[in-house]
Amino acid sequence: MSNSNRNVDQYWKKNIQIVTILLSIWFLASFGFGIIFANELDQINFFGFKLGFWFAQQGSILIFVAIIFIYIRLMKKLDQDFKEEIDD
Amino acid sequence: MSIQSLTYLFVGISFGLYIFIAIKSRAGSTHEFYIAGKGVHPVANGMATAADWMSAASFISMAGLISFMGRDGAVYLMGWTGGYVLLALLLAPYLRKFGQYTVPDFIGTRYYSNTARVVAVLCLIIVSFTYVAGQMRGVGIVFSRFLEVEIETGVIIGMGIVFFYAVLGGMKGITYTQVAQYCVLIFAYLVPAIFISILITGNPIPQFGFGDRLIDQDIYLLEKLDLIMTDIGFKPYTSGLKETIDVFCITAALMLGTAGLPHVIVRFFTVPDVASARRSAGYALIFIAILYTTAPAVSTFARYNLLESTHEVSYQEAPQWFKNWEDIGLIAWRDKNNDGLIQYASGNAFDPVKPKYLDSKGEFGERVIANNSQASSGNEVYIDRDIMVLANPEIAELPPWIIALVAAGALAAALSTAAGLLLVISASVSHDLIKKTFATNITEKKELLYARFSVLIAVIIAGLFGIYPPGFVAQVVAFAFGLAAATLFPALLLGIFTKKINKEGAISGMLAGLLFTLAYIVYFKFMHPELNSSSNWLWGISPEGIGTIGMLINISVSLIVSLVTRKTPDEIRDLVDQIRQP
Repeated sequence: MSNSNRNVDQYWKKNIQIVTILLSIWFLASFGFGIIFANELDQINFFGFKLGFWFAQQGSILIFVAIIFIYIRLMKKLDQDFKEEIDD
Repeated sequence: MSIQSLTYLFVGISFGLYIFIAIKSRAGSTHEFYIAGKGVHPVANGMATAADWMSAASFISMAGLISFMGRDGAVYLMGWTGGYVLLALLLAPYLRKFGQYTVPDFIGTRYYSNTARVVAVLCLIIVSFTYVAGQMRGVGIVFSRFLEVEIETGVIIGMGIVFFYAVLGGMKGITYTQVAQYCVLIFAYLVPAIFISILITGNPIPQFGFGDRLIDQDIYLLEKLDLIMTDIGFKPYTSGLKETIDVFCITAALMLGTAGLPHVIVRFFTVPDVASARRSAGYALIFIAILYTTAPAVSTFARYNLLESTHEVSYQEAPQWFKNWEDIGLIAWRDKNNDGLIQYASGNAFDPVKPKYLDSKGEFGERVIANNSQASSGNEVYIDRDIMVLANPEIAELPPWIIALVAAGALAAALSTAAGLLLVISASVSHDLIKKTFATNITEKKELLYARFSVLIAVIIAGLFGIYPPGFVAQVVAFAFGLAAATLFPALLLGIFTKKINKEGAISGMLAGLLFTLAYIVYFKFMHPELNSSSNWLWGISPEGIGTIGMLINISVSLIVSLVTRKTPDEIRDLVDQIRQP
């Protein structure tokens, strides 16, 4: 019982860690590059776009999609590890 | 065939398809009616979520708004997609694990209180009804422009269709019609965008096209657009005008609100397990991103085309779409400097902004308006933001079948969202208010009957909103997000990620968030619209962005009140542990 409790705690800690890292990327791609640093990034030309403008209207959305799929991957692995440990 | 008969054909076929699907997927139990029996495949659920989510506002209005906002339009693009990251990482898997029927269900159970449940229902109804009213306006516009029927008739036809498949199929019927509606709407959005992208830049992918060079000149489209706009007195298209803090707060409010919208959350209750909930959030965002990355390209093309085809052009030679939309009442022109040419410049052309038409025609055949001319601006044209997407195929002179397709797509977008909203409203009434609070001993059969009956009432109210739109509807829709961000989102988030928050904390938090946000919006938008400018706002945050502060207030109040009141009971702590496991 105590063993499975420890597993549950570890699972949750690992989960929080994944979510924190991915949400930092989420924040940086949208609020960071698309809003706060947009004017600075606009000095850079990126395939015909000003980079800040591109992040605000395209890049952030693409990164959002990537974040969710990375999350799905990582959680799938975490769920499997968790189930194996419980079964052991 | 004429545009109009093609439109009848396309709309007729798509409506027939929706009805066919509805008959095929009838709901036989409350389980099927509320959450489609938890049997929806993640990809299908992703598509249904995307259709549910992308409303008349996304399809018809958004590209137009961005077109007039330039870079600042990103608040909608990021705000309405970034919320899915929050949903996928913070809410969807846990709420699916909890596995009940509605959002108030979770709040009522987690905070062990029917008061919390009723407060959540109240927030849900305020949010959902303001939202559904906007859909009805969209249906009305499409019907009146493309099918040339009265707006009332259009709304009644639309409501009839939604009523039919929502009552018959509940969530199950809605889900599969939404899958079909997604296909219709995305096809209708992409086809004209691709055509226009090829016409202007030669690049068939709109997402790359609007960063490409013009087809006949050696200059980037965005660079050229910036030049034209600065020439006639606008700020460059690619620069931001709003204060950074305001852009920040509006984006945050839209993201947090998206994650807190009940009709979106409830879609994740329909999949078989937690892993599917995560996956369908991912698919949903892909399907949404296809439209949301195309929209800013459409905005740029539309702005460029608009300036090129009307500015310094004489009214008699103005393109036909200009006159068509003038007839509908969404474009107006007055020759301020008596040169017979249309001048387009920055600033509002008229005072008040929206045209009031008189019954006569002017010297050039234009509709005469009663408004005063705005003396400070050389601008002679009023153009309603809502027409940009609908008029775009006409502006770019695309073939008639594409114009008909866009009409069917806009209706799909409006109807799918309206159906999703009406269903969560009725579920919260029949399940949360009737079954769980006021008449707990009714049978399942009775509950299903109440559920169907509440859809009927909700459809009628929404229809009335469409036929007699209160003047403030358009403004209020954006506030639905602020309210969702300040009320439901924090209650759900805290309920999952802390065990500390008790019922006293959650209830006072939701009420504090609701009252603060509502008061701020009502004060600036309805009581003192003349004060609604950045110098009077709290820290320069507009009413559209204030939901972000409302959320912070909600969280602080919840935490403080929970600290000074009783500890959460042990069985609730166990429940939270339960939902945290896959």
